[in-house]
Formats: sequence, structure tokens, C-alpha cells
Amino acid sequence: MRFKDKFGGKQARLEGQTEDETLDPMLEQALVEFRSSVLAWSDAAYQRSRTVLAASPRRQVWRLAAGWALGCALLAGGVSGGLNVRHHRQEMARIAAAHEAEQRRLVAEQRAREEEDLLAKVDSDVSREVPSAMEPLAQLMAEDETR
Amino acid sequence: MATADENAAQEFSSLVASHRPQIFRFLLASTRDVDLAETLTQECFLKAHRNWSSFRGESSAMTWLMRIAINLQKDHWRNRRIQFWRRTRNNSVDLDEASEWLPSGESSAEQGVLAKERVGQVWKAVEGLSERQRTVFLLRYVEEQELSEIAQATGLREGTVKAHLSRAVARVRTELGGTR
Repeated sequence: MRFKDKFGGKQARLEGQTEDETLDPMLEQALVEFRSSVLAWSDAAYQRSRTVLAASPRRQVWRLAAGWALGCALLAGGVSGGLNVRHHRQEMARIAAAHEAEQRRLVAEQRAREEEDLLAKVDSDVSREVPSAMEPLAQLMAEDETR
Repeated sequence: MATADENAAQEFSSLVASHRPQIFRFLLASTRDVDLAETLTQECFLKAHRNWSSFRGESSAMTWLMRIAINLQKDHWRNRRIQFWRRTRNNSVDLDEASEWLPSGESSAEQGVLAKERVGQVWKAVEGLSERQRTVFLLRYVEEQELSEIAQATGLREGTVKAHLSRAVARVRTELGGTR
């Protein structure tokens, strides 16, 4: 049987078969079998992929549900993460402000102390610089105080 | 009343329904990989859908789709060659497995074995063909396209198609002759 005769519906197409393509019976037979084999394999594989696709809606529902769950979890995580970050920033700002106020207070206290020390020093210096004529009286006052 | 878009969508749906098995078959025979053939078939129709409005009907829809499929297949091999070190696993079934598929028309077990052997030899020859020779061979002897259609689908001249086909057939003949 010729290759072109094997497939009734395709006879007209293969009329265009060139002289170069003249096939010996064995080759022709092999090509027919090859084609049949590819068709059988392809049909089976195609059916399989259709079956998988047909069975997939259930899986798609699960995928959709899982997708939504994951999406919600990510959204919740994102929102809570955002809130946490905001809270953390506010807390940090509060701590920084408190720290700054404490620093300012310490500086002010230090200055006040320094000023007091300075005044005390000035008083002491002034008291030491009393005229020498008054020295005996000053000594008496000091002795009197020790008593 | 259906809009033009709805009509186009319907037309495209019927195109998919009628041509999808054939495109899948060609890609399966070209790649010997069911998953890859399925993926490329989907890509082919996705591409076709995107360009459906620009299809002018200068060739048949089948030829147009086949051209897209051939280009996708070419791109795939090219990318795979570039990235061969990235993907060492080959999903293609081996020749024996591909040769397992035979129509149940054999009259005896012996004939079945012989037929399987011949199919295996053709597969072996096809495997050794260049990409172009294989494409032309499969379009001619599996899809039974005319030389002019093959020329349109591959973008080659008819004379070039003939030359590729002749070399491919010679190779198959040699492979079959080896066991005579």
C-alpha cells in the first residue's frame, strides 16, 4: 500500500508528493507506523493533560483559598509590622526627648553649681583680702567660732 | 447583540478547539517531552491570542499557528543551548518509550514487535536530524502538510524544504536499511 493511499482523506494533499519523495515500500510502511505511533502517543498525552486540567478546578479552589489565606496573612503581617514600626519610632522619639531634657537639666544644674562655687570663691577671696589692720579681729572671730 | 470583541473571542475559541491537538502533536514529536509540549502549546495560543487581531488570513490559521509553534520551539532550543549548564535534567522520553506507542492494528505479536522496531529506528533517525530537517520531516510525514504549506510555516523556500526533506528521508532510509 502506498503512503498516500493509507490515509484516504489526505490523498489529494499527497498528490503533491515529488519524485524525490518516491518511497520504497519498507520506508513507506515505517513512515506510516511512525505517524500512527506519534498520533497514538499524542492522543494519549493530550487526553491526560485534558484530564489533569479538568480535575484542576478543585485544586484551583484550594490554590485560591491558600492564596487568599497567604495574602491575608501577609496583609495582617504588613499592617501589624507597620504599626509596630510606628510605635517603635514614637517610643524612640519619646526616649530621645526625655534623654535630651535630662541632659539639659544636668547641664543647667552643673552651671548653677559652677556659679555657686564661683560666688563662694569670690566671697572667700574677698574675705581673705581684708586689710591687715583687721587681722587680729578676724582671728578672734575664727577662734570664737571654733569654740 | 454580540459585539465585535465577543465575535473575535468566539472565533478564537473555536480556533483553539480545532487546532490545539495538532499543535500539541507537532510539539510533542519535536521535543518528545509531554510537559514541554503542553507548555509550548499554551504559549503558542497565548501568542496567537495577543496577535489575533493582526491575523489577516493571508495563510491558513493552521499555517499561522504552526509558524508560531516552530518559532517557539526554536527559541526553546536556543535558550536551552545557552543555559545548558543550568538545566542538566532532560525531560524528554527516550526512544524506546516513544516507540511503545503503536496503534492496535498489528495482526500478530511478531508484527507488533517488528513495527515497534521500525518506529524506534525512525525515531532514532529523527533524533539525528538537524532542527530544520526534523521540523520539515515531521510537518510532512506526521502532519501531512503540503510542501507549500511547510514553506509558509517555516519561512523557507519550497526548494529548500524539498532539500531538507530529501536529506531527512535519506537518513531514515539509511537507519532502516541498517537492520535489513
